[in-house]
Amino acid sequence: MSSVTTTSPVLPESTSRGPDLAFKWVAGAAALVVVALIVLVGWQLYAGSRLAIHKFGFSFLWTREWNPVEDQYGALPFIFGTLVSSLIALLIAVPLGVATALFLTELAPLRLRQPVVMVIEMLAAVPSVIFGLWGIFVLIPWLRDHLFVWLKHSLGFLPLFRGPIYGVSMLAAGIIIAIMILPIVTSIAREILRSVPNLQREAAYALGATRWEVLKIAVLSYARRGLFGAAILGLGRALGETMAVTMVIGNNPQIAASLFAPGYTLASVIANEFAEATSDLYLNSLFELGLVLLAVTILVNVLAQLMLKSMTGSGPIKVG
Amino acid sequence: MNASPYLPTPGYARWRKAKSTAVTAVLVACALVVIAPLFLVIYFLLRQGYSAIDLNFFTQLPKPTGVPGGGMANAIVGTITLLAMAAVIGVPLGVMGGVYLAEYGSDRVNNWLRFAADVLNGVPSIVWGMVVYLMLVVPFKTFSAYAGGTALGLMMIPLVMRTTEEVLILVPQSYREAALALGVARWKVIMVIVVRTALKGIATGVIVAMARIAGETAPLLFTALGNNFWNHNLKEPISALPLQIFAYAISPYDDWHRQAWAGALVLMALILALNILVRVLSRDRRLTT
Repeated sequence: MSSVTTTSPVLPESTSRGPDLAFKWVAGAAALVVVALIVLVGWQLYAGSRLAIHKFGFSFLWTREWNPVEDQYGALPFIFGTLVSSLIALLIAVPLGVATALFLTELAPLRLRQPVVMVIEMLAAVPSVIFGLWGIFVLIPWLRDHLFVWLKHSLGFLPLFRGPIYGVSMLAAGIIIAIMILPIVTSIAREILRSVPNLQREAAYALGATRWEVLKIAVLSYARRGLFGAAILGLGRALGETMAVTMVIGNNPQIAASLFAPGYTLASVIANEFAEATSDLYLNSLFELGLVLLAVTILVNVLAQLMLKSMTGSGPIKVG
Repeated sequence: MNASPYLPTPGYARWRKAKSTAVTAVLVACALVVIAPLFLVIYFLLRQGYSAIDLNFFTQLPKPTGVPGGGMANAIVGTITLLAMAAVIGVPLGVMGGVYLAEYGSDRVNNWLRFAADVLNGVPSIVWGMVVYLMLVVPFKTFSAYAGGTALGLMMIPLVMRTTEEVLILVPQSYREAALALGVARWKVIMVIVVRTALKGIATGVIVAMARIAGETAPLLFTALGNNFWNHNLKEPISALPLQIFAYAISPYDDWHRQAWAGALVLMALILALNILVRVLSRDRRLTT
């Protein structure tokens, strides 16, 4: 494109390249803002957590105690809660999302596809706080009175499903996060499945494969990498989910084997305690939790982008 | 299976077909499970919210604890104010950044910039709240509408940037060449021809970004903070619908729960309206994804 920048000398407008250059620099500066923001975010969180970093060092990451009264802070219960709730969410959302994407690309009649896609897009538009409200007043009572009771009855021999049922719990948080990441997992999975060449399917059908066999041999195995990328991207979203999780997880910094027990996540402890952090060390520890959260999400997102990029070839898939 | 791979027995063929049918049924069931939550959420929003909404909800301030009635007028205005402030930050920077990506820059630099925008997109919203708290709340020693608007505006930048780039690329190259051939300066070509042509698409992208941030609560918690009264000064805390919904939802009062549902219904309606606007705008040309 640079070859067409030289403009005709006849018109007065083009006598000076000054405005042109200025415009280019302004646009370039605006584009550079995204890089500057990444640096800013990282630096600010580091600056905000310096006290805690110096005081606790790396042991912050595996200290179990979170005790504002005695100014003792450790991140382990929150890292545990974030990982477990996100893992539950992935276990629910990835199979459901991939199945729905399969339904949308391989099975559904053409007339049905667009409406279903639209519903899923709408689901993505529901704000976190509304899911939280719905979680508190609709989902939690139902889980407490039905699903959890049933799980305890039928799978109670596992430590995962033992102990008292409060409703607010790690499992409830996982379910809410699953609902919230389903749209992104489904839509990325759909993009991936659509990029599977039809030749693949036709070849499998020609060998006499049934529909399921075609999906298994020709579609899923071909798309495996990309689908894994979709799952990782969902994980990136799940880790940072704040409001809905805060409202249903019970907010108790403990590490319990039971999924019925309340937990706490990195994002929700920040949301809950930031405004009431009384000591400097307390605030700094919360910032360090934010730093941990940021590092993990960026790592996961970069990983997902790389996987999706190598899958589709033509630039990263647009997210969101 | 005992069947030879060369001469399948009828039983094996039946088993394979049955398996395929079963999988089909499972896929349909999964799709139903996935779309069910939206309907459940909408159903309860309408059922619980509708009964709590009246004129007072739109015209009155929240009442103190224990006093029934009141509304969220300040929160509604607050959300609109914050969105406007976010747009002031997010739209110019996002659009100009998108212009750079589409019109200037080498492929290598642009790939890195796109990558940075995507990374930024993945930053958890609560982190934005913390960062802006350090930038604007601590130095000025007060929570403020400015801080809330900034947090939302920063979140908008990568969203607007990526969509702007996408629609600008769709503008035919011949438009640019024709204008350049007439001797029009490059920056004028971009602003008057390219951006003008893609204006609808850019607007669509901006609205999509607004709909995304309108429901954000986490970045506002320790920037805008919330306010039970009217905000007369942007240097002071301001209320917003998501903040009010959150505060009321976790409160122990039934009356506040009802109000939370009403607020959620209004917020959802606002977001749906923005989404419908996007659909109308992009109906003739698929400029968005």
